[in-house]
This record gives sequence, C-alpha cells and structure tokens, in this order.
Amino acid sequence: MEIIKTDVAIVGAGGAGLRAAIALAEADPKLRIALISKVYPMRSHTCAAEGGAAGVIKSDDSLDLHFNDTVGGGDWLCDQNAVEYFINEAPNELMQLEHWGCPWSREPDGSVAVRPFGGMKIKRTWFAADKSGFHILHTLFQTSLKYPSIQRFDEYYAIDLLVDDGRCQGLTALEIRSGEMRQFQAGAVIIAAGGAGKMFPFTTNGAIKTGDGMALAYRAGVPLKDMEFVQYHPTGLPNNGILLTEGCRGEGGILVNKHGRRYLQDYGMGPETPVGQPVLKTMELGPRDRLSQSFWHEQRKGNTVSTPWGECVLLDMRHLGEKKINERLPLVRDLCISYLNMDPVKEPIPIRPVVHYCMGGIHTDIKAATPVPGLFAAGECACVSINGANRLGSNSLTELLVFGRRAALSAIEHLQSSPSASNDPALSAQARASEDRIRALFDQSAGTETVAGLRKEMMHTMEENAGIYRTGEELQRACEKIAELRGRYANLALTDKSKVFNTDLMQALELGSMLDCAETVAVGARDRTESRGAHQRLDFTARDDQNFLKHTLAYHHPKEPPRIEYLDVVITKSQPGVRDYSGAKK
Amino acid sequence: MSEERQIQLEVLRYNPETDSQPRYQTYTVPCVNEWVVLDALNYVKENLDPTLSYRWSCHMAVCGSCGYMINGEPKLGCKAFIHEYGDHIRVEPLANFPIERDLVTVVEDFIAKLASVKPYLIPKEDKPISAGEFRQTPAELKKYKQYTLCINCMLCYAACPQYGLVPEFLGPAAISMAHRYNQDSRDGGRDQRQEVVATDEGVWECSFVGACSEVCPKHVDPAGALQQVKVASTIDWYKEHLMPWVKK
Repeated sequence: MEIIKTDVAIVGAGGAGLRAAIALAEADPKLRIALISKVYPMRSHTCAAEGGAAGVIKSDDSLDLHFNDTVGGGDWLCDQNAVEYFINEAPNELMQLEHWGCPWSREPDGSVAVRPFGGMKIKRTWFAADKSGFHILHTLFQTSLKYPSIQRFDEYYAIDLLVDDGRCQGLTALEIRSGEMRQFQAGAVIIAAGGAGKMFPFTTNGAIKTGDGMALAYRAGVPLKDMEFVQYHPTGLPNNGILLTEGCRGEGGILVNKHGRRYLQDYGMGPETPVGQPVLKTMELGPRDRLSQSFWHEQRKGNTVSTPWGECVLLDMRHLGEKKINERLPLVRDLCISYLNMDPVKEPIPIRPVVHYCMGGIHTDIKAATPVPGLFAAGECACVSINGANRLGSNSLTELLVFGRRAALSAIEHLQSSPSASNDPALSAQARASEDRIRALFDQSAGTETVAGLRKEMMHTMEENAGIYRTGEELQRACEKIAELRGRYANLALTDKSKVFNTDLMQALELGSMLDCAETVAVGARDRTESRGAHQRLDFTARDDQNFLKHTLAYHHPKEPPRIEYLDVVITKSQPGVRDYSGAKK
Repeated sequence: MSEERQIQLEVLRYNPETDSQPRYQTYTVPCVNEWVVLDALNYVKENLDPTLSYRWSCHMAVCGSCGYMINGEPKLGCKAFIHEYGDHIRVEPLANFPIERDLVTVVEDFIAKLASVKPYLIPKEDKPISAGEFRQTPAELKKYKQYTLCINCMLCYAACPQYGLVPEFLGPAAISMAHRYNQDSRDGGRDQRQEVVATDEGVWECSFVGACSEVCPKHVDPAGALQQVKVASTIDWYKEHLMPWVKK
C-alpha cells in the first residue's frame, strides 16, 4: 500500500476544509497539506447554500445581539463560550472573503450589503444574491489554488482513521479512480466532511451528504454530540426537496395556508405584519424550527393545500415584483420555473418543510479539537456547539469559515507540542486491517442484501419515526429497526466487482456511514424526554432544563447500540429563558 | 403532472478492466413526466443495474457534477427534462474528455487549465482586514458578476469544436474565469494572467463558433468573455508596438 506522508490531512474540501487548508498554508508555507475529498472541491455541498452568512458589520448591530439571537435561537443548548468566539471572529472571516474576491452584494455606496434572516433581531446576513454558498465555495477553492503546499487528493474516499499511541496519526483512503487504498500518515487530521441529511428521503442535501466524516470519527471512538437535533427547513419544493432560501422571506415573501391566512400568527409569531414589510424575529422571520412545526399543525388541522406531491402551504412572493426577485432571488426564480414549472413573479409557490441540516456532529471543544489528540473537526460534521437545538439561518456558512480556520490553528499547535515520531509498523498494520475490511465487503458474494434496499428501509424509518414531531414509541421502533439494518448490513452483497470508479462500493460505504449516524439520531432522540428546538416530543412537550440542559454524547459500539452519556451545556451570560418571536412584545 | 411514461434509456458503458471499447446498453425506465434524465439514471442504478457509474450530487444545477451528452448535446443531467425528449434518450459521457468509466470522464486537464489562469484576486493594493472592505459599487459588481456564475460543469468544453481539435486550447471556462478577475474593480492581476491567456493556446485559438455560450446552463456567456479578451489583447498589442509612449 502506498504511504503518503504529510503534516496535516484534511478530509473534505468544502467550505470548512478549504478554509482550513488556506489557513495552514498561510501560517507556514513549509507545512505539507493533504486535502482529501470524495469529490472535486467545487462539487461540495457548500455550493448549494443560498441565503448568506451572518456577521456583525453595520453600526446598528452589536456582538451581543448576534449572541442573543444565536443562543435563544438554539433554545439554550449552545455552548456560550463557543458562541462568543464565533460571533467575535465572524466579521473578520467574512471580510477576509471580501478581500479574496467574493462577489458580495453591495449597497449603492459600495459597502457590503446585509439582508434580514429568520430569528435575527437585526439585518446582519452578508449575501451574494441567492448563491452565497456557491460564491463562498468557489472563492475559497480558487484562492486555494494560490498555495502550492496544498496538495489535493480529489475523489479519494476516507475509510478509517489511524489512531496509535493515543493520538490520531493519519487515515486510510480509497482512490476512487483506481480502487487502490492509500495510507496517509499525518501529524494531525481535520475532518470537514459535511452533514448526513441523506439518511432522510426528503432533503435539501445533495447525494454526497452521507455523514462519512461523522462516522469516521465515531468509529474511532469520538462521540457524536446532539445528533437528535435535525433541522427541517420550512421552505422546500415539494417534488424534490430543493431549497428555497430563507432570503425569500427575508426579502418579504409570506406564508399562507389554503384559506389564504398567514397562519404563523396562530403559533405565537404574530401579530400579522404588513405584506411586503417584514418585521425582524416576527411571523415569516421566526426561526426554522418554529416554522416547520407550524406546518405540521396546519396539516393536522386540514389547512394545507393538496398537491400532486403531497400537502403544502404557499410561499407568496408576487408582491416583491419581478425586478427585486431577479436582483435578489434569481436562483429561486430559476429553480421554481425549472423544477415546478411555476413562476414566483406570477403565482404563489407550494412548499413544505424538508430535512436540511444536522445541528449535531463530531464532539469538539471551542478550539475544534475532538477528545482524540491530533483529531480536529469543523463545519456541519462537527458540533462545537454554536447551533444548539436549532441553528439560525446564515450562521452555518460563517461557522465553516470561523471553525475551519480554528481547526487549522489548533492542528498547528498540536504539531508543535506533540512528539513527531510515529510507530510506522503499528500504523501500517492498522492500514492493512482497514484494507482487509473493505476487501471483505468487496469480495462477499453470499450476501443477500442490497445497498438500495437497505437504504430505502433506513430512509423510510427515519421519516416515519424521527421527523418534526416524535414520540417515545416511534423512536423506540426506529432504534430497533436501525439496529436491525446495521445487522443486515453485514450481509450486503455488491453487484459491481470492478476496481475502477466503483460507485456501488462507494454507496455501500456511504450507507454504512448513514446507518451509524441514523442510530445516534434515533437513540439520542428516544432518550431525550423533553422538547427543545428542533427536537419535539408529543409525549414530553415541555423543555426540561432540570434534566436536559445537557448535550447528548453517543459512543460507538461495533455491534450494540451506542452508549449515551451527557455533558453540561456551557453557560456564560445568558440563562435559559423564553424564546420570543412575537413582534407584539418588545 | 405526475403521469408515467416508459422510455428507452440508452447509456454508453465502458469498463476499462473488461471492455476493449465502449458499448451501449439500453434500459427500459418508467418515468414520471417531471423527471430529469438524472432521475432516470438513478432509477437504473437503484432498480436495474448497480454497476452503472456516473457523477452527481446536488440535483439543482449548482454543483456541476452531472454533465453528460444527452442525445448528442452537452447538458446537465439534472436540468434535462424527460418531457422535452421522445421515448428514446441516449446518454454518453461529455465529449472531448477521455472516458474513465461509463459516464465518468477524466477531468484533470480542465482543472489544470482553470488553475493556470490564476483564478483568484490579485489585489491592486494591499489592505489589512481591519481596514474594512474594498468598496465596490453595484455597477462595478455587475461588470464581472456574470462570469462568476460558472459552475465548472465543463459543458462548454464538450461543445467547443476547437478544444476537440486542439487539446492545448485553454478553453471557454478558464478564459472567462480570467476575464472575471480582470474585470473586478479590486483586482490588479491582469498582466500576470495575460501571460497565459493572450497566447496561441489561449484566446487566439478560439474560432468564435459560440457553441460554449449556447450550452452554458448558467448563461455565463464565455464566448462574449473571449471576444472581450481578444479585443483588449489587441489593444494591448497596438499600444505596445505602435504607441509605446502610451501606458497600457
């Protein structure tokens, strides 16, 4: 097996991975950086983020306000020291992107423009029309090309971390083109491999969002934190789950039910605001969890619109006018016309909530360090945690930057402080074991299970039992079913036996990652007998700060369900209070 | 809206380990009319043939992974609607690129060309982050915005007859990316990029067929960018050779 020696290996080349790579290259041009990704960097799912990135820049805003919006939005499950670091660093990171050429939308005087977003008390979302993630990703990718020390390994799939002498010293990865395994020996590893939305059938997430990075760390003994918190975005296209940005509502779009009523006023987000004059933190600018939950209630009451793609409510943007829609929401218009054959300039668009984002992820401290020395994580795959029980829209793009860079700085600190000698035979033995594991999966011919079959059962289980509203009984069913599927996974047979670009094998590995993640969602949710943010229990409807002002930590077991432990939330200055999204109260 | 119809999906297959040359395989796929060709491929992958290899991810025309030749034209699989085709649809890998396997092509050449034009901001002036943003008016933004929309899907390379004939040609997307930074009011790197762009393999190789702009799913108009670069490079030449007293 070929051995590639490097100083820092980064798994994932989306926003967080690229930001980390650039930070490493800038800090020390002599560092060898291996940027490993299962896709070419610009295919990473950062590209699909639309609305924008939050950072305090305008004079009417303050760091305290951003702090309060984030912590309250997260239903007080955020670690407040992490949030403080995050909001402090946010403006610099967004400004840095400006200096790297990001085409941020502008005010007439040439300064960077900001737009309103859900759950934010002040306009603070930097945006590049409605393609903000796309522009951030391409700006980072193109900027990364400046640095010869960033060596890319495009289309390499990470298989296992190498942990020896109590520290992470590299990983194995499969070169997809050749089917050959490689051993990366690294002084530090940063995982920045994105979320796991694809464990659900109806999601804004691209095909690649299969939780590989989370599972990689989890199998190496790092706990996954707060995985039961899965965000539904309230406005997805009903036929395929394509995201319509929160910017639609930030710019003034309204949500109505089949009677034409702006139903959000019936769920504590009123009073009704004038059409086209959005009021911050009110009505359509409430947070995502509340909006998605309101949809669920409307559907139960029979107030939703029946469409060929299921029950929907309507997102009405007609009053914004063609000019504003073309200028601020060109992608949204294009997506509605292309995929629904409906023009938001002329008609209301049917939408429904759709799985969007994992608040949970690899457990890290505020320096992006996991409990395993030498292993760091950033971006959606990580849980720092700044998002708590419900992420505010436009915090995640900023999070990629702030913690991508932080992970790089921590990796450098680790390189400087830890012994550099490695036990090569021990690492090679682990790498061979990793290769054997894949070969066994590859060669297994007696298996009766298929990737598509198991995947379908997993998705169905998650949708039916771990959705917007949950019950103990359903969650128990999900736990049992996912455990069963994990067992049956051992009996999987691949149809494709070739080495070159074997997507049957890739999908089998991705399925394994998703099953690991799904089980932590189900078990974490079953055991959290309260309702908080995106985790809503019909059998435990109140938030329970007495028992659950805590993070869930799920530890992997190769055969059994995860072991669950809890960790206190870090509170510095904001005691848990009432989340107020009513414009009536000031 | 959700009516079903059967199509014959004819897909180019090639496995370098077992095939001496590409072949075609036809699948019968029950399609919902609002599907895109990518949905039909996914149906095949899930239900008929797990060995079919192709790239895809976002399913919303922004990640640029799923460019294929569809009935002979370069298209994104996620934006080629079944209802726009008859009952027989042929899918092949993007033209002008070597085939790695099935619909997967080898794209290193494109990536290297993109990198060669220095597609990043080379600031006119050094400015610390603490000094705030470079001011850029909406009008200045508009001057280059269109060229930032390239998703690197490479459809323009598959459509470009010149790239097919002369593989050294830098090609539409790379040249328009150079143009994007050249036109950015914050940038001062044009001279550095011209060394790559204003060469025989660069802009002068373009024969202005305009196919690149026709197939671009994001309306970037690389042909327009190429023409602007040609004009600007010509002016450079005259200034240098006929009017040496005039600064570029």
